[in-house]
Amino acid sequence: MKRVGQYTLRFERCPAILGHAAVGGKKESEGPLAPDFDQLFSDSYLNQESWEKAESRLQTESASLAIRKAGLRNTDIHMIFAGDLLNQCISSTFGLRNLNIPYLGQYGACSTMAQTLAMAAMAVESGAATYAAAVTSSHFCTAERQFRTPLEYGAQRAPTAQWTATASGAAVLGIGTGVRVCHVTVGRIKDLGVTDMANMGAAMAPAAAQTLLDFFADTSTAPEDYDAIYTGDLGTVGTELLHALMRENGVPLSRHKDCGLLLYDRDRQDVHAGGSGCGCSACVLCGHILNAMERGEEKNILFMATGALMSTTSSQQGESIPGIAHLVHLSV
Amino acid sequence: MKQKSPAAYQAMVRAASPASPLAKDCLLAFLTGGAVCALGQALVNVYMLFGKPLADARTCVSVTLIFLSALLTACGVYDRIAKYAGAGTLVPITGFANSMVSPAMEFRSEGYVTGLGAKLFTVSGPVLVFGISASVIFGVLLFFWNLLTGGAA
Repeated sequence: MKRVGQYTLRFERCPAILGHAAVGGKKESEGPLAPDFDQLFSDSYLNQESWEKAESRLQTESASLAIRKAGLRNTDIHMIFAGDLLNQCISSTFGLRNLNIPYLGQYGACSTMAQTLAMAAMAVESGAATYAAAVTSSHFCTAERQFRTPLEYGAQRAPTAQWTATASGAAVLGIGTGVRVCHVTVGRIKDLGVTDMANMGAAMAPAAAQTLLDFFADTSTAPEDYDAIYTGDLGTVGTELLHALMRENGVPLSRHKDCGLLLYDRDRQDVHAGGSGCGCSACVLCGHILNAMERGEEKNILFMATGALMSTTSSQQGESIPGIAHLVHLSV
Repeated sequence: MKQKSPAAYQAMVRAASPASPLAKDCLLAFLTGGAVCALGQALVNVYMLFGKPLADARTCVSVTLIFLSALLTACGVYDRIAKYAGAGTLVPITGFANSMVSPAMEFRSEGYVTGLGAKLFTVSGPVLVFGISASVIFGVLLFFWNLLTGGAA
């Protein structure tokens, strides 16, 4: 592992994603990416008593599946990096408590998949772990009740609002063959003063642009050098702003796709500006993207999940929303 | 990344963010709010037909509308109507019933006391606090006004 430029890590052993799994809920099963999921639930409670338990179960299922698909047992995993949106990351701690794997909780809001993937890759690359796992989840109902209003409350959503995915994604990394992690750029917090909690895409776009520019500068590459550039959960508004910011900085973005716009059919599924939540970019990566790479359709991609690092308290106190974006360069 | 001021970015955000369809929202609110009121009036007439005096009939209408709103909330239908109706279902008494029943359902999972009891007014609380405060202030002002002008207290 070597630092290139100021912000990017270049891996030498290049840990491979040995197993990956995506699980989702009902709305995700009705979306265009349904065939890419390993498991889909039609009941938003997943046979549990509370939505929090349901979200925990999403993580249990995705982590267990990914480990099985890697041909490993729980005891083989030296570290699991996991996080979610709920206070004190309870979906992760409760979902993974019975797996008996050394656990490090992470919080990166919706950027958690890229953050945990980067951490797991660094652990394997450095030799700290032979096998390390990354997992994250979100659930529409748990997020609504924590960040907004009760589910049955009759409120109207703004056109810029995004829909929290009920989904989880997990990846198991180790030295081997398959899709490999080549670079990681850890993002800097960027805040351009957006205060609207119903417009997260706008709050995260500057951080996304900053991390992409850092990565291209550090590695002396350009957007055209990659088969695809996936961002997590910018939605329509954030995507438009990201493209505008990149143009302003002289690096027009091509081959860009946003996980928040891939997961749902916006015309049919009433998700307004697109999907969001940790589980959104996680399930798109661990299902759709990695499947496409393993089929050889895409060989060299950038995956950058973006997060809005506010809480309900900070927003009620009038604070703006700090954004973050972490980038992982994956190649077959 | 080139320096960008929050003000300059705000202008970009405004241009990129679609606005709420205000005319459509207003029209739907007008129609559904009017429909709720028409239903209320129809119920007044029905209750009076059954021999209730006007004041009692109006009380019965409030009870009926609250019941209907609570029932639709419990069945998970209310929020689907409100998505289109907006202020049309929020402003009438139906909105208040919904703002009580939805947290009651939502926070039941944290127990009857610390969940349901504590969170029951989480949406409607501010309406009660400022509504009751405003009525108290208005009452006191009216009291002194009547003292000064010698009107009926």
